[in-house]
Amino acid sequence: MDRSRYAYVRTEPAQTLPPPPSSTGVIGWLHRNLFGSWLDTVLTLVALYIIWLVVPPIVNFAFVDAVWTGTNREACLGPEVGACWAFVKARLGYFIYGLYPVEERWRPDLVFLLGAIGIAWLLWQNAPKRAWGAAFFFLIYPVVAYFLLTGLPALGLPVVETSRWGGILVTLVCSVVGIVFSLPLGIVLALGRRSRMPVARLVSITFIEFVRGVPLITVLFMASVMLPLFMPGGVTIDKLLRALIGIALFASAYMAEVVRGGLQALPKGQYEAAQALGLSYWKMMVFVILPQALTIVIPGIVNTFIGLFKDTTLVFIVGIFDLLKTIDASLTDPAWATPVTRYSGYAFAAVFYFVFCFGMSRYSIYMEKRLSAGRRR
Amino acid sequence: MRNTLMPALLGVAVAFAAGTAAAATLDEVKSKGFLTCGSNTGLAGFGYPDDQGNWKGIDVDLCRAIAAAIFNDPEKVKFVPLSAKDRFTALQSGEVDVLVRNTTWTMSRDTALGLNFAGVNYYDGQGFMVRKDLGVTSAKELSGASVCVQQGTTTELNLADFFRANGMDYEVVAFASSDETVKAYDSGRCDAFTTDASGLYAERLKLTNPDEHIVLPEIISKEPLGPVVRQGDDQWFSLVKWVHNAMINAEELGVTQANVDEMRNSSNPEIKRLLGIEGEFGTAIGLTNDWAYNIIKHVGNYGETFDRNVGPDTELGIARGLNALWTKGGLMYAPPIR
Amino acid sequence: MATIDIEHGAASRVAWYNDPRIRGLIYQALLVAVVAFLLYEAISNAAENLRRANIASGFGFLNATAGFSINQKLIEYSETSTYGRAFLVGLLNTLIVAAIGILLATILGFIIGIARLSRNFIINRMAYVYVEVVRNLPLLLQLLFWYNAVLTPLPAPRNSIELPGGIFLNNRGIVMPTPVLESAMAIVAAVILAGVVAAFAYRSWARRRQLETGMQYPVFRVALLLVIGLPALALVLTGFPISFEVPELRGFNFAGGTPIYPEFFALLIGLVTYTAAFIAEIVRAGILAVSHGQTEAGAALGFRQGKILRLIVIPQAMRVIIPPLTSQYLNLTKNSSLAVAIGYPDLVQVFAGTVLNQTGQAVEVILITMGVYLTISLVTSAFMNWYNRRVALTER
Repeated sequence: MDRSRYAYVRTEPAQTLPPPPSSTGVIGWLHRNLFGSWLDTVLTLVALYIIWLVVPPIVNFAFVDAVWTGTNREACLGPEVGACWAFVKARLGYFIYGLYPVEERWRPDLVFLLGAIGIAWLLWQNAPKRAWGAAFFFLIYPVVAYFLLTGLPALGLPVVETSRWGGILVTLVCSVVGIVFSLPLGIVLALGRRSRMPVARLVSITFIEFVRGVPLITVLFMASVMLPLFMPGGVTIDKLLRALIGIALFASAYMAEVVRGGLQALPKGQYEAAQALGLSYWKMMVFVILPQALTIVIPGIVNTFIGLFKDTTLVFIVGIFDLLKTIDASLTDPAWATPVTRYSGYAFAAVFYFVFCFGMSRYSIYMEKRLSAGRRR
Repeated sequence: MRNTLMPALLGVAVAFAAGTAAAATLDEVKSKGFLTCGSNTGLAGFGYPDDQGNWKGIDVDLCRAIAAAIFNDPEKVKFVPLSAKDRFTALQSGEVDVLVRNTTWTMSRDTALGLNFAGVNYYDGQGFMVRKDLGVTSAKELSGASVCVQQGTTTELNLADFFRANGMDYEVVAFASSDETVKAYDSGRCDAFTTDASGLYAERLKLTNPDEHIVLPEIISKEPLGPVVRQGDDQWFSLVKWVHNAMINAEELGVTQANVDEMRNSSNPEIKRLLGIEGEFGTAIGLTNDWAYNIIKHVGNYGETFDRNVGPDTELGIARGLNALWTKGGLMYAPPIR
Repeated sequence: MATIDIEHGAASRVAWYNDPRIRGLIYQALLVAVVAFLLYEAISNAAENLRRANIASGFGFLNATAGFSINQKLIEYSETSTYGRAFLVGLLNTLIVAAIGILLATILGFIIGIARLSRNFIINRMAYVYVEVVRNLPLLLQLLFWYNAVLTPLPAPRNSIELPGGIFLNNRGIVMPTPVLESAMAIVAAVILAGVVAAFAYRSWARRRQLETGMQYPVFRVALLLVIGLPALALVLTGFPISFEVPELRGFNFAGGTPIYPEFFALLIGLVTYTAAFIAEIVRAGILAVSHGQTEAGAALGFRQGKILRLIVIPQAMRVIIPPLTSQYLNLTKNSSLAVAIGYPDLVQVFAGTVLNQTGQAVEVILITMGVYLTISLVTSAFMNWYNRRVALTER
């Protein structure tokens, strides 16, 4: 058939028309994402209005109108003054170390550095000898840090009372002690809860459910008010140590539930295979089950740690000088009493906590993706 | 058989005796080499750590005086900052040897809590602070006001009693710590702020504009503040009591930090007894006879600690008032050393 | 059976101390001994310490006069009431802030969770930023911030902001007119009750009819009419048997009216915004867990976006959402104990704070406080488990 005879029949396929302008480029993107329907349009406008209400004042407060230098409140007084960073700068040493003697502050610095190395070693998946990293962080580091911070007169490190510790130092001590002690304790509790021994199960369940059923603040009250009563006469426990015990016990109950999730997620075959090899219970757990279970729950552990990190602020209420408490205590300093001091201090604390928590939650999401990638088929 | 048994029994008995003796606070303090003193977490003029962590205040000076009496060194004190809530537990459990933390001497504390008050180092009373622009001149005009107070203190109970006794309404806003209380008052949450009058002067310094606030004249309670020890150790109780008395006696006798060395040559028998030139008063409380000399040499007499920490020339600017010597119309009166 | 034979054989050959059953018994006996020893030590030490320190014990203190005042009280309480009464006041304050907080946090959480999934870029990003910022800051810091942010900008009572309807706003909180009910109000109350009952009856009738005939009835509109319209009519007919006690400035503050204290307000805002961020993430995960095919099937049936969400996606998502939602509700209740930092008289502030200090009976007070939270936790989980079972997928 000769198609050319019919003039109205095309001889070649028509050019593809460009998509309508409303669906491509910037306009298309805007149309799709912001102004898809009248409801979308209204929402977008409202959202833009809220952003306009919130963002400029924050930027003005934190940067444009902020006071960066000054030696006392005079610098930060005035009608149009933003954040008083001069106050934060002046009190920074107090916020980081509390009343830790100035000439000894290299010790907490060293502890921070060692801790950072340990954590990086643990969290970086491709780091060499990660088992050593774990041993370092969970066994060696606590001992070294303990002696560095409290002092060891035999080695020429003068003793520094815990009542002089404060600020970020205490916040980090609380969270690191919390994680270092709650993880092993949590594993034991989780194993206890899944044990076939009824007594072990009962003890574990009672402990876990009891602790998870009460607020941390009551656990801290208990640690600070009741614990001394439970000790034989004359035996006293350091105030900070009491809070640390409370935090570690509290976190271990939550950790136990995370670990239990990992134990339950393992296919039964792993247990059966280990038993078939004739491994004893502990060998099975240590060499077969726990390494797999703990890897699965790394995101859960990190999330628990984020919670723990935020919860350390509660020691504030039992009168321990963590970061938030040192900031709060500085607010009553008449030398810096201005209307903006309070918000400057809170903003500093907010940035500190946000950087840590957000960083950790990003890591947890990254691990989650990585782990699920392995299991996806 | 008998020969071996008896010495063994004796040995056990001696060990046991040593065990009980070691429980005595003074020996314990001497053997560990320092005194632990329960202190306020931060009350200007009374007990607070400065920027460098050096403890200061009239209560702190009493602790240092005790250390000076025992060790001839006022620095051998470890201060344990305590909140109103855990101060008594800390003393009862032995965490601190003595509690000098602006603590009010009340009957129930003296009897039911197993505590002994070793004297009064500051006669205080509860008062109110208000903003000047409210135009209030008397606490009796506070009907309907909201009042900021620290919870769990005698202050909170006195407040309730005062308003009830005068048939006035009020709204209480209670906070766990004194800092929170002051901050809430400063931000306008309350019309009035109440605590011990000494505390009012101290906390006023923390306000944004101290000059906009006045302390009302009424004192609605008796608050004798003093050092506290555990019941059941009479030697330690006497020691703390007499360290305090020695400081008052020194002021009465005109012995000061500056002139204490020349005063050793004084012919006044009372001064001689105080400074250990005559008599064996120090050994009676388990110390050396120059105990009071050491106190005054290192810390000063009562008047000096008062003037240094809270007196008219300090930021607090509190007049001696009730805390003047009895010879000057106040209540400070110490039994004689003889 | 081979396995049984092996076990028997093993049992005869293995020494008794290698027998797992006997070992298990020994371990358990040891565990019991250790736990019992620790408990015994703690209790005997506590008894000894309490005796030595001359501290009273027992729960008799609950009947003693409290002697202190509490600002927010939902039941009658004065300085002459007992510690037991103070405990109830604190407990009710905890419960009310938790109940309102849970309600508002759920609403806000669902809105933000759905916004997180919105195709609208700005809405989506805003929800994301909100969730990340709020989740990654300590609640205590947020509460301190809210308390000051609520207090500082508001004027003193004399310069109160007057809102329509006799409501006043100042740094002592919000004062609202107190409704005073007259006797005819009983009729209105009865009408409200009747309206609610009628609405439920209509709903079940309409549902039955729809199943039988396929006809749809305007259930929502009729219910609205019954629940709101009827009582309104009754109000008009009885001549508004309700009057308002309007607050007025007298002396320092407003007298009369019902106050809402700034402590309550700050705590509520803090708890709601914080918990909502977590609920939003739960809602988002729950909705994402519903297979895409469900949405598409709904669209193929001609449902609109809103209806797909309401009738198809959310009911299925609820199954995934409810268990973690329960723990968020419990967290909110437990977190309300942070009230102590901003002076809201909740259970911990009143009871574990003031009462503990005035009586010195730390053991009893802390035990009671913990017991209350444990009970709340157990009751809430029990209820949510029941609800969860009800909505759970019934598989054939």
